[in-house]
Amino acid sequence: MSGYRLAKSGGQIDRSETIGFTIDGRQYFGFKGDTLASAMMANGISIVGRSFKYHRPRGLFAAGTEEPNALFTVLRNGSREPNVRATEIEVYEGLQVESQNRWPSLSFDLMAINQLAGKTLAAGFYYKTFMGPVLGPLKGTRFWMFCEHFIRRAAGLGRAGIEPDTSRYERMNAFCDELVVGGGSAGINKAMDAAKSGKRVIICEQSAHALSPDQEEALGKKGITVLTRTTVWGWYDGNVMAAVERVTDHLEKPAAEKPRHRHWVIRAEHVSLCTGALERPIVFPGNDRPGIMLASAADAYTSQFGAIPGKRIAIFTNNDSAYATAARLSSAGAKIATIIDVRAAPSDAARTLAGKAGAKLLSGHAVIRTHGGSRLKSIDIAPFDVSMNRPSGASDTTECDTLLVAGGWSPVVHLASQKGAKPVWSEELQAFCAAAANADWSIHGAAAGDFDFGSNLSKNPAPVFQINHPGKAFVDFQHDVTADDVRLAHREGFIAVEHLKRYTTLGMATDQGKTSNIPGLAIMADALGKPIPDVGTTRFRAPFTAVSIGSIAAERFGDLLPERLTPMHERHKELGARMYEAGLWLRPESYNQPGETVEQAYVREARAVRAKVGLVDVSTLGKIDVQGPDSAEFLNRIYTNGFAKLPIGKARYGLMLREDGFALDDGTTWRLGENHFLMTTTTANAANVMQHMEKKLAVHWPDLRVHLTSVTDQWAGVAVAGPKSRDVLAACVNGTTVDNDTLPFMGIVQGEIDGIPVMICRLSFSGELAFEVYCGAHHGQAMWDALMLAGQPWNITPYGLEALGTLRIEKGHVTGAEIDGRTTARDLHLDWMLSSKKTFIGSAMMDREGLTDESRWTLVGVKSANGEKLKGGSHIVASENADNPGRSLGHVTAICYSPELKTYVALALLENGKSHIGKRLFTTDPVRTGSHVPVDIVSHHMVDPDGGRMHA
Amino acid sequence: MARYSSLAILRNALSGNQQWTPAWRKAAPKPGYDVVIVGGGGHGLATAYYLAKEHGITNVAVLEKGWLGSGNIGRNTTIVRSNYLLPGNTPFYEHSMKLWEGLSHDLNYNVMFSQRSIINLFHTPAQEDDHARRGNSMILQGVDARFVRPPELKRRMPGLNVDGPSRFPILGGLEQPRAGTARHDAVAWGYARAADQRGVDIIENCEVTGFVREGDQVVGVETSRGRIHARKVGVAVAGATSHVLKTAGLNALPIESHVLQAFVSESLKPCLDCVVTFGGGHLYVSQSDKGSLVFGGDIDGYNSYAQRGNLPVVEDVMSELVELFPAFAKVRLLRSWGGIMDMSMDGSPIITTGPLPGMYLNTGWCYGGFKATPASGWCFAHTIAKDEPHAFNAPYSLDRFYRGYVIDEKGQGATPWKH
Amino acid sequence: MRINCPYCGLRDLAEFTYHGDADHALERPEPAQENSSAWNSWVYDRSNNAGQHRELWQHTGGCRGFMIVTRDTVTHEIISVEKVGS
Repeated sequence: MSGYRLAKSGGQIDRSETIGFTIDGRQYFGFKGDTLASAMMANGISIVGRSFKYHRPRGLFAAGTEEPNALFTVLRNGSREPNVRATEIEVYEGLQVESQNRWPSLSFDLMAINQLAGKTLAAGFYYKTFMGPVLGPLKGTRFWMFCEHFIRRAAGLGRAGIEPDTSRYERMNAFCDELVVGGGSAGINKAMDAAKSGKRVIICEQSAHALSPDQEEALGKKGITVLTRTTVWGWYDGNVMAAVERVTDHLEKPAAEKPRHRHWVIRAEHVSLCTGALERPIVFPGNDRPGIMLASAADAYTSQFGAIPGKRIAIFTNNDSAYATAARLSSAGAKIATIIDVRAAPSDAARTLAGKAGAKLLSGHAVIRTHGGSRLKSIDIAPFDVSMNRPSGASDTTECDTLLVAGGWSPVVHLASQKGAKPVWSEELQAFCAAAANADWSIHGAAAGDFDFGSNLSKNPAPVFQINHPGKAFVDFQHDVTADDVRLAHREGFIAVEHLKRYTTLGMATDQGKTSNIPGLAIMADALGKPIPDVGTTRFRAPFTAVSIGSIAAERFGDLLPERLTPMHERHKELGARMYEAGLWLRPESYNQPGETVEQAYVREARAVRAKVGLVDVSTLGKIDVQGPDSAEFLNRIYTNGFAKLPIGKARYGLMLREDGFALDDGTTWRLGENHFLMTTTTANAANVMQHMEKKLAVHWPDLRVHLTSVTDQWAGVAVAGPKSRDVLAACVNGTTVDNDTLPFMGIVQGEIDGIPVMICRLSFSGELAFEVYCGAHHGQAMWDALMLAGQPWNITPYGLEALGTLRIEKGHVTGAEIDGRTTARDLHLDWMLSSKKTFIGSAMMDREGLTDESRWTLVGVKSANGEKLKGGSHIVASENADNPGRSLGHVTAICYSPELKTYVALALLENGKSHIGKRLFTTDPVRTGSHVPVDIVSHHMVDPDGGRMHA
Repeated sequence: MARYSSLAILRNALSGNQQWTPAWRKAAPKPGYDVVIVGGGGHGLATAYYLAKEHGITNVAVLEKGWLGSGNIGRNTTIVRSNYLLPGNTPFYEHSMKLWEGLSHDLNYNVMFSQRSIINLFHTPAQEDDHARRGNSMILQGVDARFVRPPELKRRMPGLNVDGPSRFPILGGLEQPRAGTARHDAVAWGYARAADQRGVDIIENCEVTGFVREGDQVVGVETSRGRIHARKVGVAVAGATSHVLKTAGLNALPIESHVLQAFVSESLKPCLDCVVTFGGGHLYVSQSDKGSLVFGGDIDGYNSYAQRGNLPVVEDVMSELVELFPAFAKVRLLRSWGGIMDMSMDGSPIITTGPLPGMYLNTGWCYGGFKATPASGWCFAHTIAKDEPHAFNAPYSLDRFYRGYVIDEKGQGATPWKH
Repeated sequence: MRINCPYCGLRDLAEFTYHGDADHALERPEPAQENSSAWNSWVYDRSNNAGQHRELWQHTGGCRGFMIVTRDTVTHEIISVEKVGS
């Protein structure tokens, strides 16, 4: 190892265990307990990143989440995790990382040529150019898009992977009385106090080792849940807190059962914020050279990792805390050459510490310039007048390889801001604190500005945030926002704090301005001649630090939504069905025989139904059990047609409207008893209809004694359809006959099939003689088998959604394709169902002019005139010229090949549909197939318009 | 005021960028104007610009409660498209698209309109037909549209889960090649600067607290900076329409305000070259020039004026993103925010004269306000100048709800949170 | 957000379905009035209050009961939850 590792100190590392890792393929070594950042420092690596815009070389600046420069891509198991802060990567044997935003390498980056463009790349330059020529091949947006291509490639940080992330993520729901955020001394005290009073306590600490093993044990003994490597990143309404626990990122060989990250959703009665404070820098020209970092960072690297940032260290400060740092670094073995303090008269305590550190103290001075390439070589120091806030004399050069900057401390109030607490300016801290808390939460320790709490922090910094002197002085390191950019924003009128941020991109990088916001505000305040709080603040938003998208998706990653399967699902698969997604449901599309296309399969299936008999799984239909003395009255109000007088043992087809008069859903409802109905809805609308009716009962008709129960999953249903369907049922149903007298059209009987209790209703969606047979869901498969067996003599054919669709299209029955939320009962020729003898939902609004306008699109049948295939999604036009089709007159809603009509047919919604019946129009599909087919417009009842078959 | 150009940039760079002047004047209110526009967001500023440019009405003030562009123009996912289904919507949004195509030149401000296309993915044959229907509708109305199949999707979006196991296998997509994204803040700033150059007064930190009436007639506004008279008052305050119109005694409107969340990831090298939407849920995602993934989903679904969202929607959106792009599980969410949408009762906007004499209303943009900005301003300016709507916005009347001429792209009826 | 269901207790937002302005919903006009301004206004117009807002929620992921939640739409603070009709 190089000379940047101290022989002693470094409480967090284990010098007995050497860890090997690679950066850009090159091997390095560190100790167990190192972060990538501390290991790089110990290895004397000075350039750890390249900035966003100018590709300037950058070194480590911080030791924690506020690090803006040292971003790496972690390579693991073939997938890439870009933009990870080196300060948060714990090294493990074999760790592989890749540097970012450089070409070809970190130490030599050709993109740094951007620096030559210097002042032309000031804030807002994009907005002022790249508009391109008004004429020619690069007119319009093309010139910008041409330039953008290169700009995009130069921008961006790490490269995301293409290969799927194979990690597992986990979600944990937790509840507690007290959530303590932050495991510093304030947090530990708070957690202990809460546990003493019998509360369920969770404490979250974002870093790996802030809590010592002893402290963890002591907390654990009190029954406190201790979550380390866990960042509370979001504060949602009702104290719902989102946190991410990095479970295995630091492990060489994670146990297979462990997730990479765990997404914690913690519902806390009370939240205590003990999030500490962050040191902020002072902005001065040349402040971004590698080797310049926060004093607190050097402190952390030395005490936790035994790593020192340099051999000859200078410190630049506006407050007392840096002196203690100097003393600690010195006693650990570092050489502190100089302390430069902007204040004319530092305290005696500070002077004593400076002396202890063996450092030369230059009070009333400031750093105004720095020198060096890949590493700091020297700094220029000039006298500085705090009251004028300007350098006040000639400068002197001092050699040093490291400059520690201490600009005061800002409480970490991000989560409080998410909660809605307004930031309040503290003169004493020269920082924003959180406004008063309430019963939901409180804030403690350094986060509350309480710096006396056993900490190394100092109050009362001199109000110096920047050294206003010529030269590039960086405010936001990652985004290369300079003090001049802030001043330019001011000059151009972007003075509102949000304008400043958006115009310069200040604070929008991956560190979200943790160290740059206050200096940025201070420079704007200086330009405006206003106090800092008058410039304003932006609201902090979730997340506090960036959080893996996979963790928030958690268990739904790769498993987005559940699948709903009918009781007969296995049978469909055995029969070779192609399954089709219908909402959450999987339904058979068609039962393809070997070599059959979907179209051949559904045509065969539909033919079989019309010729003999078929069966189809209808278990997915919404089913709602309606019970209670007022059930009939309730349905009478819900449906447009009458249900009050429906006899027991009979079913009726019903139509529902929305309150606004448009169609909502249709289906059959069966009267099983005086006070008992079974309603069916379309598959897609089941949940909507249920909620619609529940709301009516709860809110509008609380006087109606009705109870609704969703029984979709309790009943399995099969429709048996075709001229031989009655024979099939007769062959297997016991306990009842199924002849026309016992079971007339829309009649209901109860019986048994193979010992299974069933309910049979004679109704028809296909237009054939047909029955729907329902049994308890657990018997569904057995009932299916029994019907298949009973149907063998007639070669009973299972049919899928395509054939079901074909049959209903031929018949002109509507489904969700036509009841699409924009159609009325009249549009669908269902006006015969609009009772004039009663009011019902929608009756008041259904006759408005817009709903009765003659030009509305209404349901028609469409037949291919030349036998050419029709395409779903086609529109209907008057012109036979495919290249100049004219305007749309309507669109097809469903298409199929009709075995009955021996051509392709469709249902369509057509402008003033009736007026086109008997006419020749064209279906057109320019976007997909270019198909343009002459069609004849006919009535939507294309097969058996009199209904003779289903009444047979 | 100087024109912006690369030459101007060079010249200013040589003088240390000391010569740039404010992009727009910080105007103080005059006692009266021909037209006062309430709301210094995208639509309000565009309206002022087109009043000046198209109708020669330059004695105009735009009043903004806070900082200019602080509403939804400052907090959206920057998508510009005109891929609508219904005839009432298409001509308007296509007009907007045409204005977008010339906007940077028109304003002498690079709004970074990047026509990188939008692709709406579909996952079932039924969805495919629905997308064909929409695409055909677009083509028949003169809008560009095409189908994209999985091999091309895979080529153009290497991380897209085309082949892998998925709950929602991708069958293809409907593409509008001319769609894309623009730099949202630049649109506000560009309109402000261009309107200012034509004499419009842009007045920030000026909250409207009431309307000055003479009988029924609206003749001005009361503001935090005093009374301002106006012959006509246009209201374009997305997210605050109900609140502002209550001060004029209008206590109920066909809109509800809801919070919509949006998200950005950390910056990445280019990995997504178009806007893509998921058909198995509600997700749209693109990548900004800075490299962030910019994405969003459904509204939270309850009335809200708080610019804060809730966690279940965050979880939904992240789940859908990794369903489409499984590699993005390791990308990190950087920031989220919430914007307030004025959701109308049919999901389509309102640009109309009235509801009071002397007043003009522009509202109800639901999710879709950003892409509409140019046409909304153009049509609203026409409506204010001529006292009647242009053909493009004639369908967006207020009385369409009551008369039953709703423009309901989603078929959800008067359930604003479902549009 | 969490809602204190009067039937089940404090539950997560994800378990609930929103049904809009409660005061508005409760004022359904007489069904016999055809296309009156009362109906127009009931179906389409909302007060859309900034501040306290009484709204209907349903515990769809639980008891399926309806409740009136009084919530501040500016802060999302829930002030009270009551059963419909109580």
